[in-house]
Amino acid sequence: MSGYRLPAGGRINRAAPLDFTFDGRAHRGFAGDSLASALVASGQMLFGRSFKYHRPRGILGMGTEEPNALVTVDRGETGPGWGRATPNLRAPSVALYQGLDAQSQNRFPSLKFDLGAVNDRLGALFPAGFYNKTFMWPRSAWEKLYEPAIRRMAGLGASPATRDPDHYDATYAHCEVLVVGGGLAGIDAALAAAQGGSRVILIDEQEELGGGALSDQALWGEVADKAMALRRLDNVTVLTRTTAFGYYHQNFVGAVEQLTDHLAPGEAKGARERLWRIRAGEVVLAQGAIERPLVFDGNDVPGVMLSSAGRTLAVRYGVAVGRAVAVMAVHDSGWRDALALKAAGVNVVALIDLRAQVAADLVSAVRAAGIAVHLGHAVTGVSGRHGVSGITFAADGTGHSQQLAVDALLMAGGWTPTVHLWSHAKGSLRWDAGWGAYLPDVPQENCRAVGAGAGAWDLGSGLALGTLPGPKPIWQTKAFVDFQNDVKARDIDLAVREGMRSIEHIKRYTTNGMATDQGKTSNLNGLQIASGSLGRAVTDIGLTTFRPPYTPQTFGALMGHHKDALFQPIRKTVIDGWADARGAVFENVAQWRRARYFPQGGEDMHAAVARECLAVRQNVGMFDASTLGKIEVVGPDAAEFLNRMYTNPWKALAPGRCRYGLLLREDGFITDDGVSARLAPDRFHLTTTTGGAARVLAMMEDYLQTEWSDLDVWLTSTTEQWAVIAVQGPLAREVIAPLVEGIDLSREAFPHMAIREGRICGVPTRLFRVSFTGELGYEVNVPAEHGRMVWEAIHAAGQAHGITPYGTETMHVLRAEKGYVIVGQDTDGTLTPDDAGMAWAVGAKKPDFVGKRSLARPDMTAPGRKQLVGLLTEDPNEVLEEGAQIVADPAQPVPMTMLGHVTSSYHSATLGRSIAMAVIADGRARDGQVIHVPMPGRTIRARVTASTVFYDAQGSRLDV
Amino acid sequence: MLLIRCPYCEEDRPEVEFVYGGEAHIARPLDPAALSDQDWEHYLYIRRNPRGRHHERWRHTHGCGRFFNAVRDTVSDRFEQTYKAGEARR
Amino acid sequence: MMRFSGLNLIAQAFSGHQSWPEQWPDKAPKAAYDVIIVGAGGHGLGAAYYLAAKYGVTNVAVIEKGWLGGGNTGRNTTIIRSNYLYDESAHLYDHAVKLWDGLSQELNYNVMYSKRGVLMLAHNVHDIQSFKRHIHANRLNGVDNEWLSPEECQAYCPPLDISPNARHPVLGGALQRRGGTARHDSVAWGYARKATALGVDIIQNCAVTGIRRGADGAVLGVETERGFIGAKKIGVSAAGNTSVVMNMAGLEFPLESYPLQALVSEPVKPIFPCVVMSNTVHAYISQSDKGELVIGAGTDQYTSYSQRGALHIIEHTLAAICEIFPIFTRMRMLRTWGGIVDVTPDRSPILGKTPVPGLYVNCGWGTGGFKATPGAADLLAHTIAHDAPHAINAPFNLDRFRNGRLIDEAAAAAVAH
Repeated sequence: MSGYRLPAGGRINRAAPLDFTFDGRAHRGFAGDSLASALVASGQMLFGRSFKYHRPRGILGMGTEEPNALVTVDRGETGPGWGRATPNLRAPSVALYQGLDAQSQNRFPSLKFDLGAVNDRLGALFPAGFYNKTFMWPRSAWEKLYEPAIRRMAGLGASPATRDPDHYDATYAHCEVLVVGGGLAGIDAALAAAQGGSRVILIDEQEELGGGALSDQALWGEVADKAMALRRLDNVTVLTRTTAFGYYHQNFVGAVEQLTDHLAPGEAKGARERLWRIRAGEVVLAQGAIERPLVFDGNDVPGVMLSSAGRTLAVRYGVAVGRAVAVMAVHDSGWRDALALKAAGVNVVALIDLRAQVAADLVSAVRAAGIAVHLGHAVTGVSGRHGVSGITFAADGTGHSQQLAVDALLMAGGWTPTVHLWSHAKGSLRWDAGWGAYLPDVPQENCRAVGAGAGAWDLGSGLALGTLPGPKPIWQTKAFVDFQNDVKARDIDLAVREGMRSIEHIKRYTTNGMATDQGKTSNLNGLQIASGSLGRAVTDIGLTTFRPPYTPQTFGALMGHHKDALFQPIRKTVIDGWADARGAVFENVAQWRRARYFPQGGEDMHAAVARECLAVRQNVGMFDASTLGKIEVVGPDAAEFLNRMYTNPWKALAPGRCRYGLLLREDGFITDDGVSARLAPDRFHLTTTTGGAARVLAMMEDYLQTEWSDLDVWLTSTTEQWAVIAVQGPLAREVIAPLVEGIDLSREAFPHMAIREGRICGVPTRLFRVSFTGELGYEVNVPAEHGRMVWEAIHAAGQAHGITPYGTETMHVLRAEKGYVIVGQDTDGTLTPDDAGMAWAVGAKKPDFVGKRSLARPDMTAPGRKQLVGLLTEDPNEVLEEGAQIVADPAQPVPMTMLGHVTSSYHSATLGRSIAMAVIADGRARDGQVIHVPMPGRTIRARVTASTVFYDAQGSRLDV
Repeated sequence: MLLIRCPYCEEDRPEVEFVYGGEAHIARPLDPAALSDQDWEHYLYIRRNPRGRHHERWRHTHGCGRFFNAVRDTVSDRFEQTYKAGEARR
Repeated sequence: MMRFSGLNLIAQAFSGHQSWPEQWPDKAPKAAYDVIIVGAGGHGLGAAYYLAAKYGVTNVAVIEKGWLGGGNTGRNTTIIRSNYLYDESAHLYDHAVKLWDGLSQELNYNVMYSKRGVLMLAHNVHDIQSFKRHIHANRLNGVDNEWLSPEECQAYCPPLDISPNARHPVLGGALQRRGGTARHDSVAWGYARKATALGVDIIQNCAVTGIRRGADGAVLGVETERGFIGAKKIGVSAAGNTSVVMNMAGLEFPLESYPLQALVSEPVKPIFPCVVMSNTVHAYISQSDKGELVIGAGTDQYTSYSQRGALHIIEHTLAAICEIFPIFTRMRMLRTWGGIVDVTPDRSPILGKTPVPGLYVNCGWGTGGFKATPGAADLLAHTIAHDAPHAINAPFNLDRFRNGRLIDEAAAAAVAH
């Protein structure tokens, strides 16, 4: 037990005690405490175990730089399988609330007795990069023994294993001035900008504004006054508990606001976190500076911490870090901290400074405070394992050593301005010898840095060191640089000796700066040590790149509202609800959900599809085709435009007639198809595939706007405007006839591949006489708002004729029986029209269309191309698997020469056997040949049919 | 997220309103049939892909719908200017 | 080169690891080499290694403008698999996978190739058709890849949500058990160490500024920040910067360079045993041996050399991860970064000779180059040594963009209907 609550002081509310637990043990703190301050106040110095060696660790810092004191906070289950545990939270950044339940991590069975600490005893075997050097013999042991063992050691806290009941918010914001950092420099910048009339957003990660000033009682009044002034301005938005984590292109800043984690779970309402996406005219970075630890043997014993942390605990939280505290400084700020601690009532017994000369006023003030001063000395050792029990120090680290019994040691190693966001935005940096750190130099964006983050704050002066001098060679010390990842000074030295000269190599080899604090306390010390080992200036070694996020951010906040049904909007037709109520089974096609089949009385898909198919062939069926893409093409040059886009000729198409269109990419491969109608000389109703609608429209707009801007044509997406009901089957005419007005449905007046406009069920319709089934058929287009009514009316009218609703699976079978191609299934982006057996759709006389020139490239006309053909298995009951591969010789060894693959395959109830389509090299020339489909353990024989039409090859059923 | 000035709307708008259209000023040949395979390959596939000043096309898809051209530095991602389709290369 | 072994590690422990030698020496460039490789990523360093170890060409320099392994090698999500559809691709990637197996022993450097399995999820009927096509083709090509039911997928990857009510329900998956991950830095370092031991020079911080050609058009060497370096053969393995290097030789390439981001979470205890990919939802995830969830994001839409990407890409990526693995919403993103991926029109690489005599290229790997590292490196070395491609990389030539013989895996897999 070392830390304790001071009798007075701090910004906590001593009238509001809060009970909480740590590793199941009850503790009490106060409102305004962080988890770290409350635990230190109750004497807890041991917070966790380090990553690699499982060394006992306390807190190092009291801010976002904290690498050691990581805990799992469990906010409780809300039901079976729904929990709210979060690992790896920094105890100093966890606000205390009533009932908080925190657990230490990376230890088994307990924090004090951890079996993993055996790694520490064997640490000499695990220097940086050890895993590259071993675990290679015997070879089989890597997979079976070594790798599983390494993986078991991974990680800090445990991942959540249940679903998260919380939800997350996201928003956009715009302002003239965004200020990041709510210390005095940031507050001043925000006030100045706001008083000039700008919209200002001020962001700070802490519970309250003030930043470093919260640890300086003399500044509390100024902070309070200015915070009040900000609140009075209605053009200022102040966001506390908000971290600006990334600075992106053109002053776009991402920030996450904590909304509920500081509240007891029962009091939390609404979203847990909110993502702010802020676009600012100017960004002012006032991120402050982070104190550097000193690197010496024993600097990781719990109770050794940053001087600023000891000060924050005392001044802000009214907590003493120990009964007898020493300060090891190389920087003036340690002296000021010693005085502040003393004033707060903490027993500071010694101030050790490596410097022989320190400003006289500081020395006299510290001496006057009753603190022993040891100039020109360095701490060389720390005794104690779970907590400091004493220190050893010596003149220049190498002279006669002295012992001092203390229970806490504060390190004042100088300051590193926080330039993370500045660097995200590609602002340049310059080395400042006085700070021993990089400072912002030239911005790329409209951005400036202020305060300590700009090197413009008086924290005093000091040294910038790699390691403190000591009696032992570096390789005999356990002097930590990156505390969480257990990177020691000697690891960096080893990396240099092994040829790592770039700081990026050193970082990756040692993992220095790659822990969850991302090097906030280790990067500069690592640079200084590498500089010493290499014998080159710090500026010659480079600097690792700062990357978002500044502090870790939850996946949930970045996910925002995009979860479950909102992950991607699901598109439903106006008839979807009817199908749902009828028990349809659905499938996702592109963003749409489509009814796949309508099972009745426990039917499986096979039975349902067989019934639906026979109904269409024998009587009549109805199908929701509303997802088809639709584009209205209007203008005097509409026919000319389509003529250039599609492979087939369009100019001669008479109004009132339809035509199948085939669309290529400029590289000659099929990308889309559809039946389109000419309504008038200057107006076409185009259809596209369900998935291709947006792509086709974008492609057409591209050509129209940028290549053929002389054409007078307008394109409008009408996909969502029309509901489309396909009525297909020999009785289709009888079904719709009573409902249609103004259209002569007779064969002569309204032939196959024609369109008529009129009314159906009292609403306007574009009635297509087209068929994707091979039967007499209509596609009833009506304005979407009438789609459901018309669907139900047709369904009712069809009852007398046995009308059967069918889904996409039946549609697929019916079209396959007729050999109709589905682009994207039977073609795959590598087939030309000729490959797909659709040379007939290419206007041979057209001088040009999109993709035509590519069709003349050597490989596109070479023999051996894969061609779409039909396949009939020798066993009519055998249904080939779609995707199965085809070979000529099933006895050949692996790797086999594959001829092609099965693209579509179904059982046809109409034909009483299976049918399939396939793309096969030189397929049409193989008409009648037997090919083989090797499956695991057996081979299926099938016969090639050059034609893919399996049913009604004459088309007699269409022309009725 | 980039901020892009649409020369038709004359407004700076966020990147998510736009769709990138690849390198600019590659006109489709007026008579593709007259091109050699090599020239056709050049039109279809060869791209300058410069490190630095890049002429490129964008479409204000979720805005006015128009294609336009831009000059952007591919190292800094900073836009130098945007201009309307059909205007001369800048 | 001091041998790496557990015994040596123990021996060194007693002396404080004071005697480990430099893994690769820092060399000043010589006046000329037989072969210069431009780009010291895994592919380039590997090519130098195979030239020296397999093809007997040891007078080789690898020239790098930054630090070795600092490009896409050190920035990718380390997924290794070979279950590609077309014969050409399957043979190319499987050549690499065969070399991955045993690479640690060959290099005496543990690259931590972990055959934890790559599971690709199917979310709709089209995915199923496409995956089955891959599985059948792979089987007949001797490449392992098997179909798993949704329940089998979840058994293989317990965090997976297979609820049929999900926005994109899991309908099954294709599993390649030999697929997995490797430690990316170790691959570059292992090749560098072994190549230099065989006599290869690695010259870092030395940007190539020009390619000098003779009157006959053939290459004479490279101009660099540190002067001219002669070579009759130059292999360019510069990934996102290939267009820039090729311009120096007067060539324009069918390439565009895009930003690609990736990210890791904070490290957690083992929860995720394999690699999962979902092309439909756009989620790519594994867990590193350190415990971080390693997640691949998509490319930004515009070309760029900035090595940074936009936040909305990260937002989409994490939404996709949480869609398939809803237990991860409380996990936290620790670090994001960006690379530059060079993409060809058919998304397959270009690996072979160029129209300039003596100039060879290995580029266009897009988002998938890491998995090919040993294979691509070996084939580039073969092509340089023989002045002719190996049968495996012969189809991946430049001519295909003229004659139309594309190898378009993406078109074969990704067209929705």
